[in-house]
Amino acid sequence: MSTTIPAAPPSAPTRTRPQRRRAPVTDRARKERNLGWLLAGPAFIAMVAVTGYPILNAIWLSLFDYRLTDPAGRDFVGLGNYATILTDGLFWKQFGVTSLITVVTVSAELVLGFALAMVMHRALYLRTALRTAILVPYGIITVVSAYAWAYGFSNTYGFVNGLFGLGDYDWFGGTWSALFTVCVAEIWKTTPFMSLLLLAGLAQIPDDYLEAAKVDGATAWQRVKRVILPNMKAAIMVALLFRTLDAFRIFDSIFIMTAGAQGTETLSFLAYRQTISRVMVGLGSAVSVILAILVVLIAVMFVRVFRTDLSQQRGDRK
Amino acid sequence: MFWIVGAILIIAYAIIPVLWIVSLSFKEGDDITNKSFLPTVWSWENYRTVFASDLFTTALRNSIGMSLIATTISVVLATLAAYAISRLNFPGKRLVLGVALAITVFPVIAIATPLFNLWRTIGLYDTWLGLIIPYLSYSLPLSVYVLAAFFREIPWEMEQAAQVDGATAWQAFRRVIVPLAAPGVFTAAILTFFAVWNDFVFGITLTSSEAARPVPAALAFFQGASQFSQPTAPIAAAAVVVTIPVVVLVLLFQRKIVAGLTNGAVKG
Amino acid sequence: MAAIEMRNIVKEYGDGFKAVNDVSLDIADGEFMILVGPSGCGKSTLLRMIVGLEDITSGDMVIGGNRVNEKAPRDRNLSMVFQNYALYPHLTVFENIAFPLRLQKRIAEDEVQRRVKEAAAMLELNEHLDRKPANLSGGQRQRVAMGRAIVRHVDAFLFDEPLSNLDAKLRGQMRTEISRMQRRLGTTTVYVTHDQTEAMTLGDRVAVLRRGFLQQVASPRELYEQPVNMFVAGFIGSPPMNFLPAVVAGSRLQLPFLELDLPAGVTGKVADGQLLIAGMRPDHFEDARLLDPAKRAKGEVFRARVDVTEWLGDSQYAYIPFEANAEVAKQLADLAAELDSEALRSQLIVKIDAMSRLRENHEGEFWADTSRMHLFDPRTGENLTRDEAAAADLARLEQDDFRDRIDAPDAAAR
Repeated sequence: MSTTIPAAPPSAPTRTRPQRRRAPVTDRARKERNLGWLLAGPAFIAMVAVTGYPILNAIWLSLFDYRLTDPAGRDFVGLGNYATILTDGLFWKQFGVTSLITVVTVSAELVLGFALAMVMHRALYLRTALRTAILVPYGIITVVSAYAWAYGFSNTYGFVNGLFGLGDYDWFGGTWSALFTVCVAEIWKTTPFMSLLLLAGLAQIPDDYLEAAKVDGATAWQRVKRVILPNMKAAIMVALLFRTLDAFRIFDSIFIMTAGAQGTETLSFLAYRQTISRVMVGLGSAVSVILAILVVLIAVMFVRVFRTDLSQQRGDRK
Repeated sequence: MFWIVGAILIIAYAIIPVLWIVSLSFKEGDDITNKSFLPTVWSWENYRTVFASDLFTTALRNSIGMSLIATTISVVLATLAAYAISRLNFPGKRLVLGVALAITVFPVIAIATPLFNLWRTIGLYDTWLGLIIPYLSYSLPLSVYVLAAFFREIPWEMEQAAQVDGATAWQAFRRVIVPLAAPGVFTAAILTFFAVWNDFVFGITLTSSEAARPVPAALAFFQGASQFSQPTAPIAAAAVVVTIPVVVLVLLFQRKIVAGLTNGAVKG
Repeated sequence: MAAIEMRNIVKEYGDGFKAVNDVSLDIADGEFMILVGPSGCGKSTLLRMIVGLEDITSGDMVIGGNRVNEKAPRDRNLSMVFQNYALYPHLTVFENIAFPLRLQKRIAEDEVQRRVKEAAAMLELNEHLDRKPANLSGGQRQRVAMGRAIVRHVDAFLFDEPLSNLDAKLRGQMRTEISRMQRRLGTTTVYVTHDQTEAMTLGDRVAVLRRGFLQQVASPRELYEQPVNMFVAGFIGSPPMNFLPAVVAGSRLQLPFLELDLPAGVTGKVADGQLLIAGMRPDHFEDARLLDPAKRAKGEVFRARVDVTEWLGDSQYAYIPFEANAEVAKQLADLAAELDSEALRSQLIVKIDAMSRLRENHEGEFWADTSRMHLFDPRTGENLTRDEAAAADLARLEQDDFRDRIDAPDAAAR
């Protein structure tokens, strides 16, 4: 009963191939496909139905000079709205404000978030209390956070001026000070999210690495710089990406805290004001489309940097 | 020692703005403008005002109702979709993921304005359904990502074993995967609830009356007892009321929320 | 219970990589078949194709006379023990074992109770039935996985490296347990492993795979004594077979340390001056001073300097370094890489009596049983000295053993 099969050299090309016929789709594979669409279908429809049409509609409307109060005067203007917007100094100013808020808040959140993550990672006591406390700003409604800070900085109600002895200083009276308060509110609200993402990255670094570095004679700072940060690159990039995209779309805090006064208007706010308040639907839609394109560009940029970075890391290890 | 000081500082950082709005909500009369952190007299007056106002109570009802409905539907749909995405091979899987990603990237405001036009045409403007639908589409990607990350952590062998044991794909999902994924589903539900509860943009663009206006939007339109008095302290009281559910959820499910947030992001 | 026949089975992935290549294998009803080979040889893929978790690119998979290629796993009536056991963590031990029965709606509750109890009794799991898998030890989990496999009346049991997560001692116990269970139930079994000992002790026959190709299917003893090629010879046995360069010089064969007459079987197959590879197992050597004089004439005696000795109590290993020429060294390095090991240096490993007083860095006198030596073609790896008559003899022996077992009264009574 014992059979011996002659040894087939693994790379022998002379071997006659068994007749190739296309393998029929098995029961298992077919059922899997059907089930796949059955399960994912409803969610897919819910996502596409509500977003697909508005996105296409926005792009379409952006090509018209269209005022909601004057539907008859709807005119096709092609890329005219885009030209109007892109040649308007105000748009560029708002672009600048949005970018400034994005850069300031995200970099402050990164530094602060990293410090928070380090403390949360190391703290032996108060661990639960820490993590619970940190989730409060994350979970709280942005509008509520905006009110809390708006009232805090207010020269009528606020405790900030009293605390720092600033008398009747009007934070919301000037562009820079108003932007400062908005940034503070944003940073307070979203640093916890950033720090949790960083904490997850931090937790993935084995303690061995740090102990080895300690034995090798690295100081605390050197350990952070040469061991922790290089090993957290992925977590940092993900956190930065999420937060940058979010910060660039800032709307709620501006709406509540300054309502765009004192030159604190951002692009999201501009889109809202054009469409909803001024009912300039064509122009507003164009602003929305531009905003969307900018966000996509930022995302693509991040993914690019991220990719080359990761592949370089892999290259180093080989 | 160093870490304890750091921990206490962080807790203070997280709590002080919340305490401030709580303290403000208890101020009354001249205290409101006393510019100090605490009131001299603690008063429930603002809460009485707020709960006496139809504007706020209907908004609260709207918020709770719409958030619960949207969260439930979203999590059920997301559970099914996330399972399919993480475990099954079917053509078009990348398309589903791509659409989900596109939605998370697309600015809400850019959707809200065309939706405003569309809803007015088909009569969904200023209705619950008119808000629940966009809530769904915006919360689905988040739930799908969080849940897909959970499903990926359940060993593959589990379903394969079930299949060999004689289960159909649906039985394997129902009897093996769902029980194992229950904690993940729960976490996704909390995160989805936060996201929906937090909505402001849809709330102000797609409503015009109290018929469907949720609390965050109502806060922005809130008027005091009289047209002329600044409604600062009542707004603070209303803000505290809507913050309570968040704080309760955080206190109860801290661990799950942290896990859900970080899993989805790092591995997803 | 059923026989499993595989005809020209191929598994090709989308990128054109063939994980399993034209494998044909017949497994008799009630037979215990081992699939063995280094990692990446396709043994697990083949097993998963039998059970239906992996699609078959081409070829026929026939179980109990029916072609099952397109059938879903649930319709194949097989059971499987996974490497990580795949116990359902939310179910108790009882419910884990009962799971396959619960899926078949027509089985009554008291029948479920009876069969689970019976399986649990056989595996000595009775006192753990209400516990969850998380609270069990590794060995207990393994037994629960087996319980789930045997609770149904299936056509065959499939095992995917079931013992690789256990420590060495437990592995030995469970090995015996699996063997006993299979003997008792008489169910056809296919067992994937990379472990030598499991392969040699458990199976009626062993199928050795290499890069998706079947190399040899035979009883453990035949694999050990009459391997078809260098790959099988090097894979089976621990410590592995020694491979030495051997040069044909007229009617003589020159090896490092010793020289002997060219074995009769190869005289026509090799040319003068040709380089061959000689394979000698460590246990075919002895310290010449402790040798039974009667054996001496069967082999050759040589002197060599010992580098390191390892005394193990019941036996002793001596390491003897030698110079291999470049061609042989490369061949050996390739083979070692394929067998998941590393060829650090060319050395002869010999197993000698524990009583031997050989000392490190001293010369000693050794005896080699050259009558059991094999010679391999260095280019193809083919065994030039395989004794077909002896192999057929071993195969017949195995076949007789298997028949005896299957026809034994207690097996027939079931």
